[in-house]
Amino acid sequence: MSHASTIDAAEIDKFQAMAAEWWDPNGKFKPLHMLNPCRLDYITAQIAAEFGRDLNAPRPFDGLRLLDIGCGGGLLSEPMARLGATVVGADAAERNIPVAQVHAREQGLDIDYRHTTAEALAAEGEVFDAVLNMEVVEHVADPLAYLTACHDLLKPGGLMVCSTINRNPKSFAMAIVGAEVVMRWLPRGTHDWNKFITPDELYDLLRRAALDPVDRKGFVFNPLFWSWSLSDRDLSVNYVTTSLRPESRTEP
Amino acid sequence: MDNAGGPAIFTCMTFDTDILIAGGGLNGLSMALAARQGGFAVTLADPQPATARGDDGFDGRSYALAISSQRALDALGVWKGLDAVQPILGIKVTDGRAGEGPSPLMLVFDHAEIEEGPMGFMVEDRHLRPALLRAAEAAGVEQVEAGVEAFEADGSGVTVHLSDGTSRRARLLVGCDGKASRVASLSGIKRSGWGYGQTALVCAVSHAKPHEGVAHQFFMPPGPLAILPLSGNRSSIVWSEQEQRAAEIQAMDDEAYLGVLRPRFGSFLGDISLSGARFTYPLGLSLADRFIAPRVALVGDAAHVVHPIAGQGLNAGLKDVAALAEVLTDARRRGEDIAGPQVLERYAAWRRFDVAALAAATDAFNRLFSNDNPLLRAARDIGLGIANAVPVLRRGLIREAAGLTGDLPRLMRGRPL
Repeated sequence: MSHASTIDAAEIDKFQAMAAEWWDPNGKFKPLHMLNPCRLDYITAQIAAEFGRDLNAPRPFDGLRLLDIGCGGGLLSEPMARLGATVVGADAAERNIPVAQVHAREQGLDIDYRHTTAEALAAEGEVFDAVLNMEVVEHVADPLAYLTACHDLLKPGGLMVCSTINRNPKSFAMAIVGAEVVMRWLPRGTHDWNKFITPDELYDLLRRAALDPVDRKGFVFNPLFWSWSLSDRDLSVNYVTTSLRPESRTEP
Repeated sequence: MDNAGGPAIFTCMTFDTDILIAGGGLNGLSMALAARQGGFAVTLADPQPATARGDDGFDGRSYALAISSQRALDALGVWKGLDAVQPILGIKVTDGRAGEGPSPLMLVFDHAEIEEGPMGFMVEDRHLRPALLRAAEAAGVEQVEAGVEAFEADGSGVTVHLSDGTSRRARLLVGCDGKASRVASLSGIKRSGWGYGQTALVCAVSHAKPHEGVAHQFFMPPGPLAILPLSGNRSSIVWSEQEQRAAEIQAMDDEAYLGVLRPRFGSFLGDISLSGARFTYPLGLSLADRFIAPRVALVGDAAHVVHPIAGQGLNAGLKDVAALAEVLTDARRRGEDIAGPQVLERYAAWRRFDVAALAAATDAFNRLFSNDNPLLRAARDIGLGIANAVPVLRRGLIREAAGLTGDLPRLMRGRPL
């Protein structure tokens, strides 16, 4: 990677250690597999609404070029490719790329996985109709520079879905103490609570990156049903946003 | 198929169908219809020809469908055009003892206590089966006259070898092949359960007086007896006896058979005569240890056989169908691998608890009522009396019997997939 990267080297190491486990629904990435249907429901609904697609149709995302940043093992890239999108999966952790490639091939999916960063892709002049930016922004060293690169990766009128973790006592309890220490869902040290971002801070960052945030929802874990659901009001721990790149750029 | 993108590195990337269903009985046909509605290509394999399965000669079999099951069949386009449907307007549960008549305490359920209309519907096998077959044909379900001989599951699908020598490549194999499920045994899924040493005797009778749409359940020491209203002055009878006694009764000629039935039946419907064939089924509880395996899901009796005491067998099967179809359709809309482990686990988790609870409750119910211990008898009379006296409890029982409780799949709430 010749381009300046905003990814902490220490963060990349943490995920590299976890890469081989990506596709085991009961393995180390179990919480991500549990969250995935809820994330996909949100992403697919937002893309379908913005681009006027019918999710009941076969290959509803045909003709859309989509970037999955921090693609990991391909948990989001593969569904997007199945829905017909032309997918580039980017990950700063080199070891994730062959893992994702092998799995996509087994599934008969054609996905362009690359060991690169958002900043590098933006510098190469790549553009997309949609960018998935899920659980990444809390791991980068300079969120504004990173989100500006995401803006540049969108075609005018393009859509970005960005999810992250709120910063408050509850999110500390849930994401660090709960998920890492008590449940051992994630290896200790996966998250640095100080890097978590509140929804208002994220909206502010998005606007400063010349994006237009249009929607936000919470991902809420229900311990009774042991599953996740979307919430209009509860953004206290995990939450997701949609922003658009305006057709003509307006300075913030 | 929809994701045949990329170079054909593996030959297995071409699919003949999305979902291959083994077994073309009521559950298999319903599963095929639901999967078609969910937008999947469906192949249904059964060694018996469709014409034989759809034979509409009256064989006396009928089903007590819960409201939720009726809604699912309606959502699948089967309900309209179904002949001779009999609404169940009331249920009377009586603790009886042969020769003594019913005990003074009985439990009366009336459909007026719930908002949804009738408490359920009686449907005859001879009408339901051909209606499902017609609907499956109209929906474009490919039917193959062959059984499943073997299959190999891999990362993207399953190759199924059929008894006609052909093979099919599918994303998912659904076993609707009954309690001796070959799909389950080939998947290495074991079963646990036990028999009750009892056999259900099933027949249909014509009677002189109208039944007014009321179903009767008598609990008697040899086992329960249910009188379920059919269209016209006819009723379906299900009663159970000790294994050996049941074999003796079944071997009798019609007149002797009626001679055994009449005293149990009572005289409130006037004189009775047999209408259609007589059947027996051994009673037992049998649960598959797992409802899923890689690229495989089990539905209906292949997953669970419960005591037919409350007519819950087909209702439970239709709930499997509705839950699996919903899980698969949602997964397809999200772009997930429809038969990936994380998707199939959602189906298993949804149904596991429900089925285990139903099996335990039915088992306990049967053990309680098939006993002539005077203490137990007093306890259940008091229990029936209490249930009858407490409207909230009674309404809860009615809604449970009508299949309106719990986490219902969309189809069972009358909504499309």
